[in-house]
Amino acid sequence: MTAEDFSKAGELVCPAGTPAALRTAVDAGADSIYCGFRNATNARNFPGLNFTPEELQASVAYAHERGSKVLLALNTYPPAGKVDLWREAAEHGMRAGVDAFIVADMGVAQHIATTHPGARLHLSVQAAASSPEAIRYYCENFGVRRVVLPRILTIPEIKQIKRDIPCEIETFIFGNHGLMVEGRCSLTNWMTGLSTNMDGVCSPAADVTYDREADGSMSSRLAGFTIDRFAPEETAGYPTICKGRYNAPHRPDGYYAFEEPISLNLGRLLPDLMAAGVHAFKIEGRQRSKSYVRQVVSAFRRAVDDIREGQAPDIGDLVALTEGQKETQGAFKTKKWR
Amino acid sequence: MELTLGPVAYHWSAMKKLDFYARIADEAPVSTVYLGEVICSKRAPFFEREMPQAIERLQRGGKRVVVSSLAEVMLNRERQATADLADSNDFEVEINNAAGLYARGKRPHRVGPFLNAYNETTIAWMAGQGATHVCLPTEMPATAVALAAKAAQGLGLGVEVQVFGRAPLAVSARCYHARAHNRTKDNCQFVCEDDPDGMPLATRDGTAILRVNGIQTQSESYIELLAELDELRGMGVTHARLLPQDVDMVAVANAFDAVLSGRIAPAEARAQLGQGCPDVSFSNGFFYGEAGYRHIQRRAAG
Repeated sequence: MTAEDFSKAGELVCPAGTPAALRTAVDAGADSIYCGFRNATNARNFPGLNFTPEELQASVAYAHERGSKVLLALNTYPPAGKVDLWREAAEHGMRAGVDAFIVADMGVAQHIATTHPGARLHLSVQAAASSPEAIRYYCENFGVRRVVLPRILTIPEIKQIKRDIPCEIETFIFGNHGLMVEGRCSLTNWMTGLSTNMDGVCSPAADVTYDREADGSMSSRLAGFTIDRFAPEETAGYPTICKGRYNAPHRPDGYYAFEEPISLNLGRLLPDLMAAGVHAFKIEGRQRSKSYVRQVVSAFRRAVDDIREGQAPDIGDLVALTEGQKETQGAFKTKKWR
Repeated sequence: MELTLGPVAYHWSAMKKLDFYARIADEAPVSTVYLGEVICSKRAPFFEREMPQAIERLQRGGKRVVVSSLAEVMLNRERQATADLADSNDFEVEINNAAGLYARGKRPHRVGPFLNAYNETTIAWMAGQGATHVCLPTEMPATAVALAAKAAQGLGLGVEVQVFGRAPLAVSARCYHARAHNRTKDNCQFVCEDDPDGMPLATRDGTAILRVNGIQTQSESYIELLAELDELRGMGVTHARLLPQDVDMVAVANAFDAVLSGRIAPAEARAQLGQGCPDVSFSNGFFYGEAGYRHIQRRAAG
């Protein structure tokens, strides 16, 4: 474990699904990059994504030479009998010299805390710690140094939590906007037989089909279940279960029962988040392309630097990132989101 | 193996709950009853006054009573309710959120299904912190249940698995019941009370698939592990949990009890269950490591 500096507020934590994306994020100015191995030990266990132990080692070296940190996501829940896979991943992470482990399972947290007492632990959003008491439980028992907050709190609520906890806060600021409490969702397992918690899988691409119906509409399906249906002139969206349209007794014509396909963009709220005591800003999207990573990281780099220098950030670039798409400030702006 | 009745997930009126628990106290062959509001803190005041009465009734009926805590703890009133419950010495508590673990410290408690006790290391950790009993997450496959049960048994913990009722699939900060009626959580007007067995969601081509219960999402079909009871018992699972649905739960408990005591075969019990739960389909996919909604025909032993 190296002694990379985590003390500077406004840390930009960026995603990398491949070594190339990691180098791109470093070059675009990421303070930290989070990534995972090519297996069930992390919550983005998608085909073609993630790192081998050798790739991680080389990537950590690349990041450290340029002053960036690497955070290893070990943030799924090992089912009984498979704990060794998570322990091996922790060993590989230690050997690669990662700067922190992002964990959710109490057994995994305790294992790393006892076998590698110097290791820095971050509490994953998958642990769903949304109160000062829950966060303190992980801090006091496992020495957790940072919590990634669930995307369900308003800024005043975050400010209140910050006063009552002994660790740093990281919040998501951009990207895909999950609706269910992370680490407590079995929707994908119900339909496909692969678990988000145990396998790191969410609405897996291998189970997705797009079918043209007789009336010209397009159905997007997951494991045979119609998650949404689109008119001929609409663009068919990916069938993520919590972003689909369903019929309910009061809504016979189909409605977004949970949430619309929408992106989180807190560009405008960055100064408020920093004032509330948020230490690190997380960008979602380990599954996204290099060019996406470059564009998003660069834009947020400039904005955070402006705020650090006491200037109002130019939010034009940040707003442009989601131009033409639907964007939201989610729970952060108002309780009415709930 | 003992049968238990899990907490009511829905917003039933106080009267409905009192009647329900009175009948359970008198007639249901379950050893333990869990009660308390697990899903939405806004509902809790509606049963606050009557809960001691329900507890007393159940205890007089010979039931062991456990009070379950909220799965999601975010607002001040949820933090307070969780701390108050965790501080109680009046009854056993089942904790469903790490905030409750923090307040309870090392005093004895049960671990609820929302605490993600998926493996032997986590269960050992929890046992060291005062856990006496653990209810495993509903989605765990039999292979993992067997190993977790063995570990729990070795530590002297009770271990429990859901064998009946809709699968709890997700919770959110947002209320989907309110959303369906174009309201928000703060101004929900308790519209969830209209759906005592959850609000159905169907796909656009008419396949019933999910149920909304306030901030919770459940499965449309009921989990039913009658044919798997024997295997669960063999693994060392000590308690089988029935989740209350808006059907005759005494009849449900009787069907499971009849299989456990060897009076009738699982197939016969299932036929009885089907009569008591018209328009309901049953699932057991999670147990077999398959998609949860599936119903796998169990192969004959040997």
